[in-house]
Amino acid sequence: MLKVDSIHSGIVIDHITPGKGKKIFDKLNLGEVNYPVVLLRNVSSSKLGKKDIIKIENKIDVDMTMLGLIDPNITINIVEDDEIVKKMKVEIPNVVQGLFKCKNPRCISNSEENVKPLFRLVKSNGTIEYCCEYCEEWTTYSL
Amino acid sequence: MGIEGKHLIDPNDFTLEELDEVFNLSEKIIKDEGAYSSICNGKILGALFYEPSTRTRLSFESAMLRMGGRVLGFSDATHSSVAKGESVADTIRVLSSYVDILVMRHPKEGAPRLASQYANVPIINGGDGGHQHPTQTLADLLTIKVLKGSIEGNKIAFCGDLKFGRTVHSLIKTLSRYSGNKFILVSPNELRLPKYLRNMLICNGNIDIYETEDLKSVIDEIDILYMTRIQKERFFNEADYVRLKDSYILTRKKLDNAKSDMIVMHPLPRVNEISYDLDEDERAVYFTQAKFGIYTRMALMSLLLGVI
Repeated sequence: MLKVDSIHSGIVIDHITPGKGKKIFDKLNLGEVNYPVVLLRNVSSSKLGKKDIIKIENKIDVDMTMLGLIDPNITINIVEDDEIVKKMKVEIPNVVQGLFKCKNPRCISNSEENVKPLFRLVKSNGTIEYCCEYCEEWTTYSL
Repeated sequence: MGIEGKHLIDPNDFTLEELDEVFNLSEKIIKDEGAYSSICNGKILGALFYEPSTRTRLSFESAMLRMGGRVLGFSDATHSSVAKGESVADTIRVLSSYVDILVMRHPKEGAPRLASQYANVPIINGGDGGHQHPTQTLADLLTIKVLKGSIEGNKIAFCGDLKFGRTVHSLIKTLSRYSGNKFILVSPNELRLPKYLRNMLICNGNIDIYETEDLKSVIDEIDILYMTRIQKERFFNEADYVRLKDSYILTRKKLDNAKSDMIVMHPLPRVNEISYDLDEDERAVYFTQAKFGIYTRMALMSLLLGVI
């Protein structure tokens, strides 16, 4: 059995759907940092069968909207002095701004430089769909 | 009070009561237009037409001139600062201080919504790409109200280009808010209603929709037939346009089995989707509909400006 030390102070991103850990690792640019980070893949989980985990020995700001878009099953644990002091569930974000583009080529948000694409969640049952605030196109998004 | 100072970007920006306010005033103007000939003295309409328009632009200009106001603007973006690369946001910020109210037509969908975020005068969407055309909807609804007696309880067939037809998108969205309306969507498979609108109608629940490619099979049950042009400029591929443009041509003969009190509407301009022989049929109301566009725009602008 693989054994990885627990962290003293930082963040544990837990219950990641197997296979999505690397994507989150890359999105958070954790390959570039100079503090200890660990990506565990396909770890046994009583809840999910298997899961990925990321441990970060530093208190960084994580973009909960971005994490929610990648994997809404994730749990975030904040660790201080070897204790979990806070647990947070990420959620599918209701509003997303600037993280992805509208897929409608005729949408104004694709032709005006100063417009941050803005989307509202319209369907989260089964597929996750967002409605563009400008052109109203519905699109399934994933990061 | 009422809709003074509001924007009209999407027909859903107004409540049904606010829409009624526009229709009631429109009908008063129809009865006694002279009484409203100077209510916009000293007011200026900015008409920003980033793509060609004849009817919408001229009816807005006519509406403002009939109320004693003035108009400035452009009808071709290539002769404005837009051609130099100015953003919509900057254009609107500046022009907001030149005029009292703005109407904007733009080829990009959502441009008037963006404009409304930077404007400090009311913005009216005069048509954005294949998205929405709410002031055409006002003219359409007044036509239905006056000629059919009610905006509720009608069976309406939309025929032609339902994918890119912004007049259809605005009208169906608004009619679905009135009770008892049923919709028949007649279009080639390639030009069916966009997914977002279909989803919206389904999500709202209790919307009765029937889709077919064959107008003839439903012509006898329709109260209102809303024809649309298959627009060349909405196609990415000319071959697709040529293949589909003649799919739905309405002739007087095709109305043989239609109800005697059915009305045929069209936002105009037509190309060949309604033959000229139909113009003589009393069920053809598209020129009345175009005339009502003047009155609804007069009513809309005077209410947004708060001069009434």
